[in-house]
Amino acid sequence: MDSALLVHRIHFAFTITFHYLFPQLTMGLAPLIVILKTIALRRNDETYHQAARFWAKIFGINFLFGVVTGIPMEFQFGTNWSHFSRYAGGVIGQTLAMEGVFSFFLESAFLGLFLYGEKRLSPRAHWWSAMAVFLGSWLSGFFIIVTDAFMQHPVGYSKAADGSLQLSSFWELILNPWAWWQYAHNMSGAVITGSIVMASVGAFYLLWGKFETHARIFVRVGVVSGLIFSVLQLFPTGDGQGRMIALNQPVTLAAMEALFVSQPGAPLIILGQPNVEQSKIDNPLQIPQALSFLTYRAWKAQVQGLNAFPPDLWPQNVALLYYSYHIMVGLGTIFIAIMLLAAWLLWRDKLFSAHWMLWVLMLALPFPYIANTAGWITAELGRQPWLVYGLMRTADGYSKMVSAGNGMFTLLGFFGMYTVLGILFLFLVHREIEHGPVTEINLAPQGI
Amino acid sequence: METLWFMIVAVMVAAYAVLDGFDLGAGAIYLAATNNDDRRKILRAIGPVWDGNEVWLLAAGGTLYFAFPLLYASSFSGFYLPLMMVLWLLMLRGVGIELRAHLENPVWVGFFDIVFSVSSILLAIFFGAALGNVIRGVPLGPDGYFFEPLWTNFRVGPNTGILDWYTILTGVIALVSLTAHGSLYIAVKTDGDLNQRTRAIALRAWPVQLILTVVGLLATCYVQPTVLDNYKHHTIGYLIPVIVLGSLAVMVYAIRTAQDKLAFLASTFYIVAMLVGAAFALYPVVLPASTDPDYRSLTIYNTAAGHHGLTVGLFWCIPGILLATGYFVLVFRMFRGKVRLEGEGY
Repeated sequence: MDSALLVHRIHFAFTITFHYLFPQLTMGLAPLIVILKTIALRRNDETYHQAARFWAKIFGINFLFGVVTGIPMEFQFGTNWSHFSRYAGGVIGQTLAMEGVFSFFLESAFLGLFLYGEKRLSPRAHWWSAMAVFLGSWLSGFFIIVTDAFMQHPVGYSKAADGSLQLSSFWELILNPWAWWQYAHNMSGAVITGSIVMASVGAFYLLWGKFETHARIFVRVGVVSGLIFSVLQLFPTGDGQGRMIALNQPVTLAAMEALFVSQPGAPLIILGQPNVEQSKIDNPLQIPQALSFLTYRAWKAQVQGLNAFPPDLWPQNVALLYYSYHIMVGLGTIFIAIMLLAAWLLWRDKLFSAHWMLWVLMLALPFPYIANTAGWITAELGRQPWLVYGLMRTADGYSKMVSAGNGMFTLLGFFGMYTVLGILFLFLVHREIEHGPVTEINLAPQGI
Repeated sequence: METLWFMIVAVMVAAYAVLDGFDLGAGAIYLAATNNDDRRKILRAIGPVWDGNEVWLLAAGGTLYFAFPLLYASSFSGFYLPLMMVLWLLMLRGVGIELRAHLENPVWVGFFDIVFSVSSILLAIFFGAALGNVIRGVPLGPDGYFFEPLWTNFRVGPNTGILDWYTILTGVIALVSLTAHGSLYIAVKTDGDLNQRTRAIALRAWPVQLILTVVGLLATCYVQPTVLDNYKHHTIGYLIPVIVLGSLAVMVYAIRTAQDKLAFLASTFYIVAMLVGAAFALYPVVLPASTDPDYRSLTIYNTAAGHHGLTVGLFWCIPGILLATGYFVLVFRMFRGKVRLEGEGY
């Protein structure tokens, strides 16, 4: 692999992976905060108001880190991937510009009002400010997903005389079926992160024996929405996303499942290590014929394996793709199990005394982040070797003028910067959690 | 169509320069406020709006990407190193403003004060130097791409770096203008001692700003003689330097007579007129080639996206910008008046 290409790929992969740790909580918490505020308004219940204020504080810190790590993303299309930008900018520039104009302005205008304006605004107006922030963050996610969906499954374009892509149909671009499945799947994943974080912090307080009234609310809301969205994550959204891949990227599906040889009645591999050199799975644990059924709804259906495609069309990193996909699906399944169990205990009124379950909920905290990250790695590695599927290879898209050394310089800079940011984030969130939900209305911090 | 999009992007860049310009300028004078209360007042004056102001940069960048993909691709990769540094500075600055207040520990506060102020100063210089690079031209290759090192021999010519005497000059002009602009904004938003001191800073900056402006205009004519072509063909363009100098005159009058709002308005006119002057001089070129100006320069015509896309864009971009303007009016109205330290934050 050309070393400049490798540097630019790691540059984008590292910055986007770190960045997406924050927006997934932003997008996941925003609807939950709206729910807390809605209940608070309906029942006129001060405890729910306090719960919403506590999460607004965490949200504010998280949002700031999402904003500062998000700024480099838009720039990197031009700095590190300029040949791609020139090639596809006529189409995806559309959605990226719309994100700036429609969601960033909305979020930035209402975030301050939402975080610090509760005293200044009427309760209803403050509810609307929360709603505006929720809407802004979900719109932002939508435009990014439409952009990625174009790269996965290009639609609504034509080729200009110089070979670059031009928009031919705005609605085809926006209504790309891939985009809608991916959006549903991704947002559901974000809500799972929000739900598990909320339930986890609640479980921590209950085990600690502090802030128990608030903690019960956190656990209740987190478990109920966690159950709903972890089921939605599997069906219909995960299923729909998978069938999009089967239909449009069959070679990706074969690599994700590590199906080396085409066969009827293909098995679904649960565990095992792909041995790409020998085209087999080591130590396989598999369900016979299940892959055929899941893909084509027929037990005996023929599924194409990697051997049906020329190797230069294979995703280059079959093993990592296989693992990230299996980690995502495995964790998703575990979330459903945990949430079913917790919801059942909640329904029987036993959850708050079932310490073992609270421990499980508390320790679940990092796993939705891992699952969401693994999901994105699956999507983006699965697209390889293409940058725009079937149209432009990744190797042709990076900035040829930016040498590996210059790319390495800024990559190291980002490593350093993000290490510091990560430590600051953990430190500040830790302080808020230790401080706990309190009674006063949030105002701007004392220093301001 | 291309001209229309050129104007839309120019308006967004101008909005960014005026809006984020005042909070960058406020950052530049921030350390001059030596006591904590004054610093808190400065932060309160820009606190509710700085993030929104910065969005104009992102929105302008996105719109540039959308309307002129080749220009975006060429300039962003060619200015790779300084752009990455701008990103780091923007990140540090955002963190500095927002995290300072989370702890009352003086070491923590002092650290983020320095981060905020230094990154603001450097950003102002970087943006000025970036504009200088665009006016001076870059060593474009036949495929429309280039790569500039941070510096070469600090001379203008075919083999330039990001920094040479001309772009350093434009960087300093930007720093001085934004310092005055930011000082006047803080003067508008405060009263008492801080109000008088920020006004005094603007007054002291004024002669420097005047001299640098004149030197900058002359240097531009020397470095890039083609800037005069559009003015020769459309004499109405000569109004622009008149507005620049007129704004400076109004500015000094308003500062002397303590009319802060008028002074801030004049400073706004100054910044907009400087940018319009540059845009007017370049049009329809958007990135001149220092190698062979006639042949390889990037223009709005050879960098624009397809016509269908540009037409569709009008339908969402103009309402979108109007909507954003609406949010700004709402937020600025909500936080109008002088800032107070007592009572609720913001």
